[in-house]
Amino acid sequence: MNVQDFRPAIVYTIYIASTPAKVWQAFTEAEFSRKYFFGFAVEAELTVGGAFIVRAPDGSLHIDGKVIECDPPKRLTVTWNVNWPDLIEKLGPTLVTYEIEQAGDAVRLTMIEAHDRPLSDDILSGGRQGWPAILSSLKSLLETGQPLVVKMAPPRRMLEALKAMGIATP
Amino acid sequence: MSRPEFVYVTYIETTPEKLWQALTSSEFSRRYWFNTELQSDFKVGSPLALVMNGTNTDVGEILEADLPRRLSYTFRHVLDETARNEPPTKVVFILEKHGNLVKLTLTHENFTEGSKLLDGVSKGWPAILASLKSLLETGHPLTIPPAALAIEGFQ
Repeated sequence: MNVQDFRPAIVYTIYIASTPAKVWQAFTEAEFSRKYFFGFAVEAELTVGGAFIVRAPDGSLHIDGKVIECDPPKRLTVTWNVNWPDLIEKLGPTLVTYEIEQAGDAVRLTMIEAHDRPLSDDILSGGRQGWPAILSSLKSLLETGQPLVVKMAPPRRMLEALKAMGIATP
Repeated sequence: MSRPEFVYVTYIETTPEKLWQALTSSEFSRRYWFNTELQSDFKVGSPLALVMNGTNTDVGEILEADLPRRLSYTFRHVLDETARNEPPTKVVFILEKHGNLVKLTLTHENFTEGSKLLDGVSKGWPAILASLKSLLETGHPLTIPPAALAIEGFQ
């Protein structure tokens, strides 16, 4: 896998009244991530090549990735590989980068989801729906102490597109 | 080919009515929108002027005002020498109740290829809407220095 082959497909920027260190923690600690990420727990081994795992609320492995770049508290890149059978073989790996910068009293957080091949809008609809909800909830948690309760299911158009490609979804 | 656009979604713990008020009242917008006043009565066909620190930056016309669900207006920049010559664009806000939250979808569309205005609004909207979310959820907007957005001519 060569990072140079990846192109941004989804970019989401949000400003949060917080510190870079706290935002970094949110992306790397299970206890913290469970609160804003709808019960999903991040387990990160913070060294290049280390494991980057996200567990679903039932404990099952949802994301099975590796740390690609790790420059705390400014930049974290991981392979965000959804653990569904045949998904990586058919869609290729997914790279997610978090850029964390001070902007006045706030933090500018930029999430970049990148792929090494063009993907359809149907496939990308999952990330386009998910990231704004996850990162809006993170902002609320850091600013008010309470995350958001966002009820949503994966977009039907994404599930249908995956099925058409022969990728089984839970 | 569809024309270039900027789309942004955020979830805010508020009501559609309060969010509508924040999107249409200068009392709110001055606090979260870099001290910008929204001069309009927000009736379909009425003019809109964005006035930042006393300077008119953008003008438009109200296209839709379906309180508290959908607001749209034309949007033309009038300050920057390059961006002011671009054709009018369109801003659409869709407010949807989502449990105890409101899902806000902003679409800013009808840009020309290589638009300078598109670069500016793509950097500006996330800061404006994040500050709006903070104001509605905590009572305090964000303090983001304009220079931090790295938009040419916006200091």
